[in-house]
Amino acid sequence: MLYLDNSATTKPDPAVLESYIKVTEQYYGNPSSLHGMGETAAQLVEMARKSAALYLNGSGKVIFTSGGTESNNLAIKGFAQSLRSRGNHLITTNIEHPSVLEVFRHLEKEGFAVTYLPVDERGVISIDQLRSALKKETILVSIMHVNNEIGSVQPIEEAGRVIKNHSRAMFHVDAVQSFGKLPIDPDKAGIDALSLSAHKFHGLKGTGLLYLNTDQQVVSQMLGGSQEFGLRSGTVHTAGAVALAKAMRLASEQLEEHRKHLIEGRDLLRNFFETREEAEVVSANDQAPHILAVSVPLLKGEVVVHALEKMGVYLSTSSACSSRITKKSHVLKALGLSDDVIKGAFRISLSPDVSLNDLEEFKKIWEEVIPPLLEGVKRNER
Amino acid sequence: MNAERILIRYGEISTKGKNRNRFISQLENNIKNTLSDLKPVRFDSGRDRMHIELADASETEVVISRLKPVFGIQSFSPVVKASKDLDDVKQKAVDLVKAVRGKGDLFKVKARRADKKYPLDTNELNLEIGSHVLRNVDGLTVEMKKPDIELVVEVREEAVYLSAETIQGAGGMPIGTGNKASLMLSGGLDSPVAGYQMMKRGVEIEAIHFFSPPFTSEKAKEKVKELTAILSGFSGSIKLHIVPFTKIQQTIHQQVPENYTMTSTRRMMLRIADEIRKKTGSRAIITGESLGQVASQTLESMEAINAVSSTPILRPLIAADKTEIIDIAKEIGTYETSILPYEDCCTIFTPAAPKTKPKLEKVEFYESFVDFDALIQEAVEQTESVKLTVGYRAQEQKFEELF
Repeated sequence: MLYLDNSATTKPDPAVLESYIKVTEQYYGNPSSLHGMGETAAQLVEMARKSAALYLNGSGKVIFTSGGTESNNLAIKGFAQSLRSRGNHLITTNIEHPSVLEVFRHLEKEGFAVTYLPVDERGVISIDQLRSALKKETILVSIMHVNNEIGSVQPIEEAGRVIKNHSRAMFHVDAVQSFGKLPIDPDKAGIDALSLSAHKFHGLKGTGLLYLNTDQQVVSQMLGGSQEFGLRSGTVHTAGAVALAKAMRLASEQLEEHRKHLIEGRDLLRNFFETREEAEVVSANDQAPHILAVSVPLLKGEVVVHALEKMGVYLSTSSACSSRITKKSHVLKALGLSDDVIKGAFRISLSPDVSLNDLEEFKKIWEEVIPPLLEGVKRNER
Repeated sequence: MNAERILIRYGEISTKGKNRNRFISQLENNIKNTLSDLKPVRFDSGRDRMHIELADASETEVVISRLKPVFGIQSFSPVVKASKDLDDVKQKAVDLVKAVRGKGDLFKVKARRADKKYPLDTNELNLEIGSHVLRNVDGLTVEMKKPDIELVVEVREEAVYLSAETIQGAGGMPIGTGNKASLMLSGGLDSPVAGYQMMKRGVEIEAIHFFSPPFTSEKAKEKVKELTAILSGFSGSIKLHIVPFTKIQQTIHQQVPENYTMTSTRRMMLRIADEIRKKTGSRAIITGESLGQVASQTLESMEAINAVSSTPILRPLIAADKTEIIDIAKEIGTYETSILPYEDCCTIFTPAAPKTKPKLEKVEFYESFVDFDALIQEAVEQTESVKLTVGYRAQEQKFEELF
C-alpha cells in the first residue's frame, strides 16, 4: 500500500495516539470540575496550551477547537463581527479552502464587502494587488499559507508587513496545510490569528486550534459554558489538546529534516511527470514540499485515482473535500487552466514516511497502469 | 557572550563594619548554592567586590540568569580575559563592544592600570583601544559623560580584563545573614510579597499555611505550594508547613459570637504559628498585613490578635498600598498564581460584620470556655512539612511524557 493522500489526512503518529489513549483512560475528569480529577485535567489542558503556543514561537492565546474548519469560522466571523463598527471591508484570496471562502460568501450576504484577490499562473497572489485592495474600512485579511490543492505558497511575511503598514486590519492565516512543512512565525509575519488542524500533521481528527496573537476581541461562535476564555463553549477535549500539543512538538522538532526529504520526493515525481507525454504538472516549481498537482488531460482525474487505487496507491483528485462533488475546482480555475487540464487533475501529497524507493515503485505502477487507459481514448472522442 | 570571569559589586554589604566578612562569606555560599549544578567556580572575594572565575565560559548566560535574583548583589559585569598583548586586547575589545552594541551609540573607554610596568599609560590605552574600536564597530560616537557603553579595561600583572556591561543585581542583603523567620502564607497577594521583602533583607524564611478541608480545596493547597516554590527561587528552597485547621475553625464557630470569630481565628493562627516557629528555630513571624486593608488589619484588631504572643511580628507591608503590593507581586512572579480564585481559610466562615475594633477582654472571655491549648497542640503535631524548590511542579513532571 502506498498512501499519497497526506493533504487529505495523515496517519496518526503512534506516540500521539499513545498520549491520547493514556489521557482518555486516566484523566477523564472534566477540566471545568472543581474536584481533584477536574483539576488534573485542567492542568493537562493548560500544559497543552502552553506547549502549543511554544511551537508557534509566541506568547499568544491558544483556543482549542475541533479543527481547521472551526478555527477558520471562529477567526473570520469572530473578527468580522467584533470589528464591524470600524468598517465592513474584508479581503481574502480566490483559492482559499471552502471553510474560508464559504464564510466570506456568507458574510457578503450579511452586508460585508469582500475583495477576492486573484492569483497568477503559479497560484500566488500579488503583494501590489493586496496593497491596493487595502482600504480604511478593511478590518480583516485572510490568506492561506499553503494551498491544499496545488501547494502554492503565499508570501505570508510580506503580506503581513503590507497589511500592518497600510491598515488596521486583522490578519488571519489558514496554516492547516503548512504547519510542520514550512516554518511559520506569527510574530514575525504580523499574524493576528492562525488556524491549525492536527490530523494534517500526524495528529488526530477532531482536534485543532486557533492561535490568537492580538488583544482584539473575537466574537464567540459557540455559546454555552464559556470554556476556552469564553470563545469556544463545550467541554474541553483534554486528550485531544494533549495529543495536538504532542503532534505539534513532533512536527516542529523534525521540520527541517522532513522538509528536505519531502522536497526530494516531490522533485523526483516532478521530474518523472515532466518526461511523461500523457501528463502535465500543474504545481509550479518550488512551492510546498509535500504537494504536487498533476493532470492527465485525456483522462478524468477520478479515473486516475481509481486505476491507481487498484494497485494499492492512494491519492486524490484536486482536494479530498471537493472530489465527491463534480463541480470544477475553483483553485484550478483560478490558475486559468484549460478545462481538459482541470478535469484530468489529481493531487499527490507526501508524508515523511514515504521513501524514495516507494516513489520509484510508484513510477513503475504508473507506467504499467496509465498508458493502457489512454489507448482507447482518441482526442475527438473526449 | 562568553566570559571567563564575573565581577560582582556588593552594594549595601560594603557599609558593614565588623560583620563584613560574615556577610561576604554568606553571599559566597549563596552564590555557590545557586550555581551548584554547574561547573565549579573559583571565588576571589575582596572588601568591595567579588570575582568569580568560571571553569567553563560557555556557561556565562546561565550564570548571569542565576545571579540576577541573588540578594546582596548590587550589580555585576561579565569580564573577558585577554593576554597582555595589545593586539589581543584590541580584538577582545571589539568583540565585547559588538556583543553589547544594542545598548546605544555613545561609547567610552575607561582604562585602569594596576600593573604600572605596562608599556602604555592610561591615556595611551584609552586612545589606542578607543580608536581601534571606533574603526571596527560602525556608528559609535565618543561620549565621556554619559556613555551607553563603557568599556572598562583593567591591566593587571597576570592579564588584561575587559568588561562592557553592568547588569543590575537584586540588591538587598544575602539571605541567611538576617537569621530565620516564619511567614504566614495565605495564598493571597500580600503574604508572598511580605516574604519576599524580608528575604531581601537577608532573612531566611519558612512558610506556614492553614488548611481547612473540605472548606478549602486541594487547589488552594496546590496554589500555596506553587507560591512557595516561586519564592524559593530567591533562596534555593523553602520549607512549607501545612497546618490542619478545620477542627479549630469549627470550634471557634460554635463557641465564639459571630462578630468575634475572625479575631479569634487569627489569634489561634498566631498561636500555632508561634509554636511552629519555636520548633523550627525561627526568630520572628512575618505577615502580609497592611493597615486598614480588612477588618483584622486595624490597629485595634492587631492589638487583640497580637496579645497571644510576644514574638516579634514583622509586617513589611503595613504601610504599603494595594497597588504597590500588586506591582511587586508582578515583578517577583507571584501575581498570576495569587489571583487564582480558590478560597483560603480566611475567606470561609467570614462573618457578615466582623468587629473592626475588637476588645481583648471580650475575645479572651469567649475563648475561655474551650481548651484551645489541646487543639493547638494537636494541629501542630499533625502539621505536614514539605520542602519546595523553584522546580516544583510534581504533577507536571509526571505529565511531561504525555507531551
